[in-house]
Amino acid sequence: MTAPLLEVRNLRVEFPTRRGTLVAVDDLSFEIAPGEVLGVVGESGAGKSLTGMAIIGLLEPPGRIASGQILLEGERIDNLPPDAMRRIRGKRIGAIFQDPLTSLNPLFTIGEQLIETLQVHLELDHKQARSRAIELLAEVGIPAPAARIDNYPHHFSGGMRQRVVIALALCAHPRLIVADEPTTALDVSIQAQIIDLLKKVARENGAAVMLITHDMGVIAETADRVAVMYAGRLAEIGPVKDVIHAPRHPYTSGLMSSIPKLGEQRESLAQIDGAMPRLTAIPPGCAFNPRCPKRFDRCMTERPSPMPAGANHAACWLYAS
Amino acid sequence: MLAFVLRRVAQAVLVMLTVGLIAFSLFTFVGDPVLFMLGQDATPEDRVRVTKLLGLDQPFYVQYANFVGRALQGDFGLSLRQVRPVSKLFVERLPATLELSFAAAFLALAAGIPMGVYTALRRNSWLAQVFLTVSLIGVSLPTFLIGILLILVFAVVLGWLPSFGRGDTIAIGWWTTGLLTASGLKSLILPAITLGLFQMTLIMRLVRSEMLEVLRTDYIKFARARGLSDRSVHFRHALKNTLVPVITIAGLQLGAIIAFAIITETVFQWPGMGLLFIQSVTVADIPVMAAYLCLIALFFVVINLVVDLLYYAVDPRLRVDRAAAAH
Repeated sequence: MTAPLLEVRNLRVEFPTRRGTLVAVDDLSFEIAPGEVLGVVGESGAGKSLTGMAIIGLLEPPGRIASGQILLEGERIDNLPPDAMRRIRGKRIGAIFQDPLTSLNPLFTIGEQLIETLQVHLELDHKQARSRAIELLAEVGIPAPAARIDNYPHHFSGGMRQRVVIALALCAHPRLIVADEPTTALDVSIQAQIIDLLKKVARENGAAVMLITHDMGVIAETADRVAVMYAGRLAEIGPVKDVIHAPRHPYTSGLMSSIPKLGEQRESLAQIDGAMPRLTAIPPGCAFNPRCPKRFDRCMTERPSPMPAGANHAACWLYAS
Repeated sequence: MLAFVLRRVAQAVLVMLTVGLIAFSLFTFVGDPVLFMLGQDATPEDRVRVTKLLGLDQPFYVQYANFVGRALQGDFGLSLRQVRPVSKLFVERLPATLELSFAAAFLALAAGIPMGVYTALRRNSWLAQVFLTVSLIGVSLPTFLIGILLILVFAVVLGWLPSFGRGDTIAIGWWTTGLLTASGLKSLILPAITLGLFQMTLIMRLVRSEMLEVLRTDYIKFARARGLSDRSVHFRHALKNTLVPVITIAGLQLGAIIAFAIITETVFQWPGMGLLFIQSVTVADIPVMAAYLCLIALFFVVINLVVDLLYYAVDPRLRVDRAAAAH
């Protein structure tokens, strides 16, 4: 086992509001090994994106890391001063956001945005940065990059813009790429291309990827390991094939059986009854207990931590030894 | 691009013709000019003769065409009160108004934009709160009151600055400027503040709200995620996007500043076109009023045209170039 590239330990993200403090991410721990693709899945509001933003240090106030640690290559980064964190962003951790249509500044050419990013992190003069930018565009599959570099974002389609965004994230060869729903805003036909590209560039650059999505198909195709989040907590984590084919946590099982399979005839889709609790109304004990078909007394009072369950770790009392 | 400009110019011409029509109709609404010139005791023959002489027997549209034709050459007839060509009067008064207006606009932009940016970036600092409070006063107090208060404080109580007039001026060709003499500059300060204060607060509030809007966008978040410095994120990426709508408003406000200089010029007895206009209104000096109306409309139209073109230059999304077709 190599040393982890990224370690998140007992992360807790809070939003102080007038009506009390909301705990959006609660006691979350996981690791990402160098070069590994970790998929993070969960429903909207499960805290996946906030975890990503916490890692790159861009939680929007009043959201804040209340406790826990984030370590990049063994070094704490959650408590760095803003300027030191800024030098890590883009250089050691790249980020890709959901909507490529709004991720690029419409008033600057993609070349200007690439060159600026390159020059912030690397010692390049303008000419070197420009030729590097053209290489990057070629790497992410933009045709005729030397001609397109002076185009504005609106000259590109959504898929092409997401390629530019990936090129921007790759500028300084980051060791980790946090990709927050990178394909959600794209056409289905383009999604596969972008996922392939992301896998390819991560492999070629030796970068690990934290892939945040609610699309199990993307996870199944891309990830090495999967973390399933529920109501700001980790429900289950494990190798991708084990989580998909042998889910241990009742929530993961429900999630997997709600995905319709090809060739299957059924009247209605399988679903988990109820809804994820609002952050203001998380029940005591296991957050999933009101919807869990297998709950018992202990689930109602005591909160489970992730514990070994088969090849996975699941936060479920069913696996208490 | 050319088609765009041509279309805008055509629209501008249409607007000017309409305003010209309104200005022209002023003459007919404010009484019979023949009666006005000959008095009540004139014989019918005299009246017919003068009517012919003035071309008033011709159909309405011919008269209007003549009016437009003369206006294009800058000929708006004689001022009824001063019995001098209106164009001459305007040439004398124009520099005073333009210098005042541009000084006010410069003040509004030079102070309003930085204050807006500051209040957006340091939302909770006490200075930002002070700016916002002061701006509230700026938008809610009427111009003449601000002028009178400024005169009271700086001219009457402190005695630092003159309370009226333009000070000494220097003639450069037909243009007289007060910008090159100490007394001219001192005289400019209070009227320029009075005229510019409202616009400044408007621009400050506009910049602030636009900037806050822009700072919430994904591309700003992504710019931060790329590790760009705060300076670059704020002043390169955010400010440029903020200024796109601000350009339009600031341009339109410049027209408003020139037009609303009337009040400030009256308060400070500033010898500009606005003061001339007010004096003309009190004596029903129709040619001056008509010419003023046309000139202000011309300013608005030209400024709008320039703003449109500027917008075009700043925002690449409006430039449709066929070379780069989207995939």
